[in-house]
Amino acid sequence: MDSKELIARRVAQELRNNTLVNLGIGLPTLVANYVPPGLEVYFQSENGIIGFGARPPEGMEDVHLTDAGGAFVSARPGAVAFDSATSFALIRGGHLDMTVLGGLQVDRHGRLANWMVPGHLVPGMGGAMDLVSGARRVIVAMNHTQKGQPKIVDELTLPATSLRPVTLIVTEMAVIEPTETGLVLRETAPSVMVEAVCAATGTILVVPNDVGVMSVGN
Amino acid sequence: MRSAITPAAAANLVPDGATVMVGGFMGVGSPHRIIKALVVRGVRNLTLIANDTARPGVGVGKLIDAGCVSRVIASHIGTNPETQRRMLSAEIEVELVPQGTLAERIRAGGAGLGGVLTATGLGTMAGEGRMVVQVDGRDFLIEPALKADIALVAARSADYIGNLVYSLTARNFNPLMAMAATTTIAEANEVVPLGVLSPDMIHTPGVLIDYLVERPQLI
Repeated sequence: MDSKELIARRVAQELRNNTLVNLGIGLPTLVANYVPPGLEVYFQSENGIIGFGARPPEGMEDVHLTDAGGAFVSARPGAVAFDSATSFALIRGGHLDMTVLGGLQVDRHGRLANWMVPGHLVPGMGGAMDLVSGARRVIVAMNHTQKGQPKIVDELTLPATSLRPVTLIVTEMAVIEPTETGLVLRETAPSVMVEAVCAATGTILVVPNDVGVMSVGN
Repeated sequence: MRSAITPAAAANLVPDGATVMVGGFMGVGSPHRIIKALVVRGVRNLTLIANDTARPGVGVGKLIDAGCVSRVIASHIGTNPETQRRMLSAEIEVELVPQGTLAERIRAGGAGLGGVLTATGLGTMAGEGRMVVQVDGRDFLIEPALKADIALVAARSADYIGNLVYSLTARNFNPLMAMAATTTIAEANEVVPLGVLSPDMIHTPGVLIDYLVERPQLI
């Protein structure tokens, strides 16, 4: 199992029945592949749909039906389409149970940076600022380090996406929960030692006695 | 009943220097025939208000490629390296706005509101220069309404008086923009007789559409 699949499988364990969930572009999209059996999850794409499904067979794509990354998707029975104002009213208005987003950095307060690297990469925030500000639960799915450098840091050096702390950080090494008293190490990946997680993290982790092992489902 | 105009005639309604809203999300739901005609006409110095700038050669990306745009207000330009290149070389000025805020600013522009209050962007670069107000003890940014000289929108179906129905995720910003401009021009994949679109299914009332582009040409 590669690190992306590990992260996606662990995030999928956070899904709950009958909830509305928005998956960011890239790694978060993979979470939809590992929905635990028996759960009904409604996936929203912020370009204006709830209930999209897998890409249709070649040649049967609808050019008016894509996800927020512009990739062709299908619509499942019961799907609903709407305009961008409604889409973001769902996101900001407390109607979105969970969002999963990629990250460039998360700091010890649980604040996320994921929309620009000054001087290098200025893609824009798209829907990320609204998602972090408005979703009930915000889960960051990202690699623990980038080119050997920790992505979990003491203070953000990149522009923040929101001042609101995220709910949970899931990496290929660990599950970390931001709390009032700091970042708490909740789980480590199978065969990853607590010490290794701490060494790959750029800020102090609170390590309780009962650190669990990441569950990755079936 | 109104008469339909050609894409070229639509492009002629867009003066150099105009502020133009263009519907679409990564090119999905953009008025492709009008965009093509704007490139042919060689319009210049547009302020483009759109969700994104798609990709080079796609949707409003064609306007960027052809040098029609001097200013962009969008939520995302990451999929178009040409926009980024022109931004870094100061050929295009870019204002990045959170997507939900962009939608609401446009909606406010069309709804006669001065703006909206949102917590999105508080304390971030997106909130710089914005006033902060408290409502019920919570902080909000004041985000001013956005209006345009021209809105260019795309629909699946239009009827003879410009009532519009959109398809799936091609709806996105189109209905919001259709209300927020002095002049709104619509193109549709098909133009159908009055009565074919039932009142309950119409997304944008035809009274908002100033000009309707003719149906696509048969191949």
